[in-house]
Amino acid sequence: MIASKEKDRPVVPPEVVSRGYWHGVISRLLRDKVSVACMIILGAIVLSAIFAPLIAPGDPTVGSVLERLKPIGEPGYLLGTDELGRDMLTRLLYGGRMSLITGVVPVTLALIIGGALGTIAGYVGGWTNAVIMRTIDVIFAFPSVLLAVAISGALGAGLENMLLALTIVLIPPIVRISESVTTQVRELDFVDAARASGAGSLTIIRAHILGNILGPIFVYSSSLLSVSIILASGLSFIGLGAKPPTPEWGLMLNTLRSAIYTQPVISALPGVMIFIVSLASNLLSDGLRSAMDVQR
Amino acid sequence: MNTPETQKNQAAFLETVDLRKHFEVGGGFLSGPPRMVQAVSDISFHVDEGTTLGVVGESGCGKSTMARLLMGLIERDSGSIRILGQEVGGTEGMSLREARRQMQMVFQDSFGSLNPRMTIEGSIMFGPLVHGVSRADARRRTHALLDRVGLEPSRYTARYPHELSGGQRQRVNIARALAMEPRMLVLDEPVSALDKSVEAQVLNLLLDLKEEFGLTYIFISHDLNVVQYISDRVMVMYLGKIVEIGSVEEIYDDARHPYTRALLNAMPSMDPAHRTESAPITGEPPSPIDPPSGCRFHTRCPFAEDICEKREPELQEKQTRRAVACHMEHPGSGHSQVGSSRHDQ
Repeated sequence: MIASKEKDRPVVPPEVVSRGYWHGVISRLLRDKVSVACMIILGAIVLSAIFAPLIAPGDPTVGSVLERLKPIGEPGYLLGTDELGRDMLTRLLYGGRMSLITGVVPVTLALIIGGALGTIAGYVGGWTNAVIMRTIDVIFAFPSVLLAVAISGALGAGLENMLLALTIVLIPPIVRISESVTTQVRELDFVDAARASGAGSLTIIRAHILGNILGPIFVYSSSLLSVSIILASGLSFIGLGAKPPTPEWGLMLNTLRSAIYTQPVISALPGVMIFIVSLASNLLSDGLRSAMDVQR
Repeated sequence: MNTPETQKNQAAFLETVDLRKHFEVGGGFLSGPPRMVQAVSDISFHVDEGTTLGVVGESGCGKSTMARLLMGLIERDSGSIRILGQEVGGTEGMSLREARRQMQMVFQDSFGSLNPRMTIEGSIMFGPLVHGVSRADARRRTHALLDRVGLEPSRYTARYPHELSGGQRQRVNIARALAMEPRMLVLDEPVSALDKSVEAQVLNLLLDLKEEFGLTYIFISHDLNVVQYISDRVMVMYLGKIVEIGSVEEIYDDARHPYTRALLNAMPSMDPAHRTESAPITGEPPSPIDPPSGCRFHTRCPFAEDICEKREPELQEKQTRRAVACHMEHPGSGHSQVGSSRHDQ
């Protein structure tokens, strides 16, 4: 019908090609100074953790009792030494490995699983929604620390079990957030218009829902990064996660607490690292959310 | 039960028989049994190919619900929808997917019906792409349609909805609906949110497109002037029921149902010779939850009698394709003023 009409009319060549939504998001993100700074900081921390064996000045597990709690700037110890005389810079670099894993892995897994569950619950509604949300409520009813301890304890100590326990703890809040934003977007007419065009649910979620819900979900999830690192350190402290002398920021924070009066700056260093990672990722996802907003 | 047009018309593009949708409200664990909103109650009508059926009624009369039922966006409780004689969504006949190729919808809210994070081009291309049209063809079709609805493709393809005016967005919505190459458009208050000058432009565009592509329209509106301008036939709805249906001339010049006459009386006239004479109906329509018994209009009708409260008037076929649901139109109904409505006001 339309094709036949096109012949009568000078057809406009499809020269103007819109470059796509994600292309625009990335270019807007790169224009934001705060986001770029956060990307650089996070990138530096990740790289230094990966290449810790190459750049660290010492061995993270070997220390000298004679060199305990040296202050920052002591010759040979750029960031001082901890309560067992181990080089703090080395331990912070190595500790980033374990800490980033305990932060990023559970949050990413929870984001994928919880985001999918919440989106399905919000989009499908009805009984599916009721079953998913009430099940999540059951998990939500437990205090998160208690639940993480219980799951880790039941599964036994070890990194994998700890990551699994953290993932389970982080899923419910993400499901909650993604369900509520999906429900809002789902009511809008453009979703009905997409359904009227005959598209299947998965196509509609991919093309029309995700772009409109990922922003708030990302921002919320990034705030869980620090929660996850702190929870992991708590599990390590009671012997369910990383074991001494493995360097890990949360565990270091715990073991250094005895030195808080003698070397407060040194005992705060692992906390500073957690703070920097958490703040940078939070600001970055906030920038991402703004960049995903085309109306700016 | 209500079959106003019993004779089978071969030219009917769309036909509904006893279409019904009742929504459950309230209900639940502690709030007792749910109550039903009778949004659309057993409505039967047909639209001939190439014509426009205007649908009018107050807010909450079930116009939009009916549109969504036709598009299969909400599931009907009972009744049937036929396109070219084929039952939609039945075991045999036409699939919902196929029906949606034949029929597309334009929504009232021009902004809400476009994905804010998708470019104009992306929104229009989406439908054809879903139906397996190649990207290059879909893009070509999009550009041709944008051109056709009066938006320069090179300027508008990469824009986002918020960068357009209401009229431009509604043109995009029309282009999106046409991208599916449908034979029918369900227009749910497409111009109600637009300025008057823009409204006229969009209406004329719709008339041109109808001519050009041989489209059939269902045009829903609460604006009687607009409906008169664009429609061939008009259907008046009240609380989920059809009260009167007929050609534009029959409805506007010879309205029979008291509700239709009240609506027309409430319509501001430019002609001092036709100034509003009788008082327009007052008050809000009753709630479609537990609607009035008998004739649903009897609570506001100046001619209401006992019979109106007791028995529901059938949608009475008068001449061919003209129907009125009122006891006064039905000799032997027991209403004292049978036939009086014929001697107009």
